[in-house]
Amino acid sequence: MRVDQLSIFLENRAGRLAEVTRILSENKINIRALSLADTSDFGILRLIVSDFEAAQKVLKENGMTVGRTSVVAVAVDDTPGGLHRILGILGEKKINVEYMYAFVHPHESKAIIIFRFDRTDMAIEVLKENSIAMIPGDQLYMM
Amino acid sequence: MIFDVDMETLPRDELEPLQLTRLKSLVERVYYTVPFYKKKFDEAGVHPSDIHHLSDLKLLPFTMKQDMRDNAPFGLFAVPKDNVVRLHSSSGTTGKATVVGYTKRDVRNWAKLMARSFMAAGATHRDVVHNAYGYGLFTGGLGAHYGAEELGATIVPVSGGGTKRQAGLLRDFGSTVICCTPSFALYLYEVGLETGINFRELPLRIGIFGAEPWTDTMRRDIEDKLGITAIDIYGLSEIMGPGVAIECHEAQDGLHLMEDHFLVEIIDPITGEQLPPGTTGELVITTLTKEAQPLIRYRTRDITSLNYVPCKCGRTFVRMKRVTGRSDDMLIIRGVNVFPSQIETILLETKGLAPHYQILVKREGPLDMLEVQVEVDESFFSDEIKGLQQLESKISKNIKEFLGVTAKVKLVEPKTIQRSEGKAKRVVDLRGQS
Repeated sequence: MRVDQLSIFLENRAGRLAEVTRILSENKINIRALSLADTSDFGILRLIVSDFEAAQKVLKENGMTVGRTSVVAVAVDDTPGGLHRILGILGEKKINVEYMYAFVHPHESKAIIIFRFDRTDMAIEVLKENSIAMIPGDQLYMM
Repeated sequence: MIFDVDMETLPRDELEPLQLTRLKSLVERVYYTVPFYKKKFDEAGVHPSDIHHLSDLKLLPFTMKQDMRDNAPFGLFAVPKDNVVRLHSSSGTTGKATVVGYTKRDVRNWAKLMARSFMAAGATHRDVVHNAYGYGLFTGGLGAHYGAEELGATIVPVSGGGTKRQAGLLRDFGSTVICCTPSFALYLYEVGLETGINFRELPLRIGIFGAEPWTDTMRRDIEDKLGITAIDIYGLSEIMGPGVAIECHEAQDGLHLMEDHFLVEIIDPITGEQLPPGTTGELVITTLTKEAQPLIRYRTRDITSLNYVPCKCGRTFVRMKRVTGRSDDMLIIRGVNVFPSQIETILLETKGLAPHYQILVKREGPLDMLEVQVEVDESFFSDEIKGLQQLESKISKNIKEFLGVTAKVKLVEPKTIQRSEGKAKRVVDLRGQS
């Protein structure tokens, strides 16, 4: 149930983000979801892409520092309280969310939330036990 | 193995009388043949007949790099110009270039000292030496070249530049020894990987590195990546070139100074007083055998210390510690003395960081600001901001703790700090520009 996320180190300067999108676009790699964390000097761009291996390869070839992070994609009903229920369950088990970002399901009335947990395996267990739907990587990349 | 057993293992009670004989004759020679020295000795009130013991060395005046510039090109020659067979010159980046002349015997001695150095590094006549030191006016290239030939090894005179081609040559010729700067070795390794050449799979087994400061941590990094024994060599063109001192591969613990040719002292760079053995200070060298251009008490500006403990390799020559900085490269940050190599040590020991860094000194208002830029490497990259920020603050905490200065640490993208094919530019001082 793990999903591969690309993490890319970027200096906080004009044009660095465009460099990433240029490389991906030239290699016909689609971005499914993204989030950017920033400080005054640098940022970390996190991407879910249509082809992880290809994206990692071309970004590295272009001299970027790229990491692979395991995240979990959860489908949540697009109704009030949907996210709250999930966070409540995880909180009870003392699982910490390092960061998260969301996008709307392209075909169903659901939101997809990408979670980075401190204890990924345990989080997956807890979500399974509570019958919360997770989206496997191969499905997400092709969405 | 030892190239010149008689000299390199000479008991110290025989070495010192030999040094004294050579010193006396040197002092007399320069006094009567080089007007510059006569004037300096007269001003200092010292005469060649005053030298009775090695300890009388301290009576003699120092020679500075500026003296070489002032007397360039030929003012310090102690032989007629007809007897000079080669001229080298050091880069004039910090002022007027300095010139060094060699007689036939000087050139031969140099080759022998370099042959000793190769053998101390573990090389023999069966080795193939890839020499990536620049050939030309710089002494590194030709110094290593004639030394390898004297040893009877096969020399590949590659010189500098053309990194990709060099990686290919290294593989195709099956070179077993490489001579270059430590930063170039790492650069070559990276370029090799990009072109599918893994140095660990090549017959390369020894690296002889010099011409720029480096640290033990960087040595381990190079040894690990390239799969070789990395040896530190020391020399400076004013004195001769490479081969003034070399580590032995048996101990890899300090560089044996070729004391039959060079008389060494450590002084306090501020007061000029001689310091007791083991104390850190500036290395001062007197060339005992140089004919064309002998130097009396030359201030090298290199900071080191001397270790007289006998070495397990059998050589009796004193060992100097790896040069930890230069007294003129020393940065003074808000009144604190900082050597770039100290910052490198901290970086490398903080968390196996890649040794790609640059130190920026700026002035913000009345204050000196030290910024250390470090390239992010996959080995410690994290997808979480806090992970990288913790690393930044850990480095700056260590700098504060060990050096007593506050530094801003900035992570930068890989390959943004300029890679050089010669000496790495580690320090950018912008204080003079505001």
